[in-house]
Amino acid sequence: MNPHRRHPFIRIAALVVYFFLYAPIVMLVLYSFNASRTNILFEGFIPSVGPLQMEGSLVTQSPCGAFHWFCELAKNQEVGVAARNTLTIALTSTFVSAIIGTMAALAMQRYNFRIKPFAQLSLYIPIVIPEIVMGIGVLTLFSQLFAIVNNSLGLAGDARLTLGIGTVIVSHIAFCVPFVTLVVQARLQGFDKSYEEAAMDLGANELVTFWRVTFPMILPGVLSGALLAFTLSLDDFVITFFATGPGATTLPIYVYGLLRRIITPQVNALSTIWIGLVLVAVVLLQRLQAREAK
Amino acid sequence: MLKRLRENKSAQGTLLVTPTLLWMIGLLIIPLLLTLVISFGSRDADGGVIYGFSFHNYLRLFGYSTNCDAGQASCFEPLYVNILGRSLSLAFNTTLIVISMAYPLAYFIARAHPKQRTTFLMLVLVPLWTNFVIRVYAWMMLLREQGVINGIIGWLAARLNIPFEPLQMLYTPGAVLVGMVYEFLPFMILPIFTSLEKIDNALFEAAADLGANPFRTFLRVTLPLSMPGVVAGTILVFIPVMGTFIVSDILGGRQVILVGNLIQRQFLDARDPTFGSAASLILMILTLIVTYFYTRKFGFGEEIVVA
Amino acid sequence: MKELSEFAVEMRDVVKTFKTPEGTMLNAVDHVNMNIKNGEFFSMLGSSGCGKTTSLRMMAGFEWPSEGEIYIEGQAMGHTPPFQRNVNTVFQSYALFQHMTVYQNIAFGLEMEKAPPDEIKARVGRVLDMVQLMGMEKRFPKQLSGGQQQRIALARALVKLPNVLLLDEPLGALDLKLRKEMQLELKAIQQKVGITFIYVTHDQEEALTMSDRIAVMSKGKVMQMGTPVEIYERPTSRFVAGFIGESNFLEGTVQSINGERANVLVPALMTEVTGLNTGKVKMGEKAVVCIRPEKIRISDEPVSKQNSFRGAVKTTTYIGSDTHVYVEVGKLTIKVWEQNRVSSLDPKAYYTAGQNLTLNLMPENTLILADA
Repeated sequence: MNPHRRHPFIRIAALVVYFFLYAPIVMLVLYSFNASRTNILFEGFIPSVGPLQMEGSLVTQSPCGAFHWFCELAKNQEVGVAARNTLTIALTSTFVSAIIGTMAALAMQRYNFRIKPFAQLSLYIPIVIPEIVMGIGVLTLFSQLFAIVNNSLGLAGDARLTLGIGTVIVSHIAFCVPFVTLVVQARLQGFDKSYEEAAMDLGANELVTFWRVTFPMILPGVLSGALLAFTLSLDDFVITFFATGPGATTLPIYVYGLLRRIITPQVNALSTIWIGLVLVAVVLLQRLQAREAK
Repeated sequence: MLKRLRENKSAQGTLLVTPTLLWMIGLLIIPLLLTLVISFGSRDADGGVIYGFSFHNYLRLFGYSTNCDAGQASCFEPLYVNILGRSLSLAFNTTLIVISMAYPLAYFIARAHPKQRTTFLMLVLVPLWTNFVIRVYAWMMLLREQGVINGIIGWLAARLNIPFEPLQMLYTPGAVLVGMVYEFLPFMILPIFTSLEKIDNALFEAAADLGANPFRTFLRVTLPLSMPGVVAGTILVFIPVMGTFIVSDILGGRQVILVGNLIQRQFLDARDPTFGSAASLILMILTLIVTYFYTRKFGFGEEIVVA
Repeated sequence: MKELSEFAVEMRDVVKTFKTPEGTMLNAVDHVNMNIKNGEFFSMLGSSGCGKTTSLRMMAGFEWPSEGEIYIEGQAMGHTPPFQRNVNTVFQSYALFQHMTVYQNIAFGLEMEKAPPDEIKARVGRVLDMVQLMGMEKRFPKQLSGGQQQRIALARALVKLPNVLLLDEPLGALDLKLRKEMQLELKAIQQKVGITFIYVTHDQEEALTMSDRIAVMSKGKVMQMGTPVEIYERPTSRFVAGFIGESNFLEGTVQSINGERANVLVPALMTEVTGLNTGKVKMGEKAVVCIRPEKIRISDEPVSKQNSFRGAVKTTTYIGSDTHVYVEVGKLTIKVWEQNRVSSLDPKAYYTAGQNLTLNLMPENTLILADA
């Protein structure tokens, strides 16, 4: 019996679902090269390179040629700031949550301690409650806390504590940690304790054993946990929406703001870049997994 | 000191979990308790919180109203109950559609030749990792009155000389449903794939050997063994659909209001955080109830983190 | 500086208690006393759950005794962690570090001692030579066969030149042929390096082949300790006689004791059997007559008046070197292993069912054990 044999119905259904998944994405990318400013129909690529020329709603010539909207995007300073904020937040919260999440995973998998059931519960909650609940929770916490601190210390002007990148990072860590912990814990489940015993048997103390043996062996798990945290943070809209303040706009927040006001092919250009980066990341990930599988 | 720590395994575990636990207490437990406290209070004129102990926010949420026709002291105002009901039914519908779309694809990928399998799987990851807001934007472009779908149909109609009025697709419940399905489909595919992939091929051979036809094999072997994936996927889809407000905000406009929109507006536009907090807690309780009854039978494990 | 202790490892009244999943307490090791001499190849033999691995893990320092004390080279170990003990372990799963090369695996222990790089290189080279795996330094464990991985695990422990090498069923994962080869090789290496080997196995043949002394364990207790010959030829209990090799057991009551000999009345045979008194039986007490199947002689007519029984063949099994004959005597079935000394195609040469014959138990080959 060929295990790879699939019913024609399955093949057709799979094709339809893939079409459903990709048609909007392909359309987004295609329209980022659209000569039409109104973005209703695809009116072809911008044909020539040169000083900007327009005919009605069509761009007929641009210094960047077909990449007109990408150049427009590059001139947009708000996007630059938002991109930098997004990356700062994602990298910082990934770094912190990878470290403390790995520690927590070790504790949950290896040790028995009194508060373990409570810790387990608190790690499950963010997974099973809607993000908005946590979002308004942190908003309430920070606004009440900052009001108390600002008033009692008499802080004024720029010295006042406000929502911003700091509050976003702290909140992102909170929702990333449970996922890192789960991923690393899954790796630790298959971890044979005799590797560590062997290291200690050969003269390594607990710290040396961790750094020379345990850590290298769970590193793939830690990395995939960190990768998950990174994508969660990069992608997050809801919690950022509530935890952020003036000057701390991230890309998703920026795009959301645009959508409510105006649609321009610049957004398509931004989407195309994002999708391109995702493609690169996915291919890299696949290479990494293939290498690990060897 | 070191020697005592070395022999005290319990202290080692507590020490390792402490940073995470502090984070969870500070940014999860305390905010949730704060939400609870505030939900019993009421708003002042500036949208600030007056602490108190009253259930009026909850009563209001479940239809108790004092703003009634002449002569009545109180009456039933179904606005918020309707919003809750709409959110629940949308979440159920989305989940059902997503399962029916994700299962065949997950099955297709799981049964694919290993060499092609990674490629097929990567094709699911790309939409998943493409930003949530960007994906809503794509549907906004498609569904607008002057959008891509209307544009294409109009272009075809003009070619065929058929009169054509642009369809009103955006700002309808249908648009929100399509948007939700599109947003959360990948979250269902991956867990189902993971649980299908785990099934030993010998089980299919055993089922065939024992006389089961492919359909019965699917019903009696494949489907039950892939249930953990379906459960994990449901959690990953149902809960966020219940709470999200972007999809309905952008694709539903003012027409389709869900609990998420309600809460968001209480905090930002209407400025009644106490009512928003009450709505948020009710939302949390609803999702916890659904998750509890759903996972009680099957539980969920590592499938939940593959996404 | 070496301690002048006669014993490499001593276990004095060691108890290890675990909590079972049901919540009850279980003594995995139950008041065990063991003295393992320097330079000895010592085996702990028993079925799973007998406490042999737990004993080994306590010597290595992975577990600590609940009661009693373990001495290594005369030093009480207490709660000394594994990395401060001069013993090394070869793990059942090998536990080779997958992210390190063969060289890095073997050098790991020497690096921990902060040995100079030149010395590490030389010692790794020597030990690889000893296990015949020169040229494999740059390979990763995954790229090696099971047998090669086993040798690397051995080399990694041996390179540290410990006082005692602990081996936890190191050959368990190998196929039979390779296992037999490695048994001889391990024994040769042990004799060459002169290190005390403490070897845990459930395979009695392995233990008999390799060991200077064996401790037979059951349910956390040491049942008997001695050389392979002592264990096989003079088991002191019915358990050991049944666990090591095969035995016929005839239950009865002690009738008389004559110095080295004792007579037991066996009701199932309705007669008395004479055998060697192991010194533990007393007049009038219950006892069990124990005789190995290969030590029973078959004849047509009784050889002597003593210990000869008429019986009829029930079944036979031809296994090449021997024929296993099951003979009904009285109410008992007695198994007899007859060596096939003559090459024949005639089925009658190997006894046939129903055939009447006489079994002769030599008193000097027959043991009288207390029936515990």
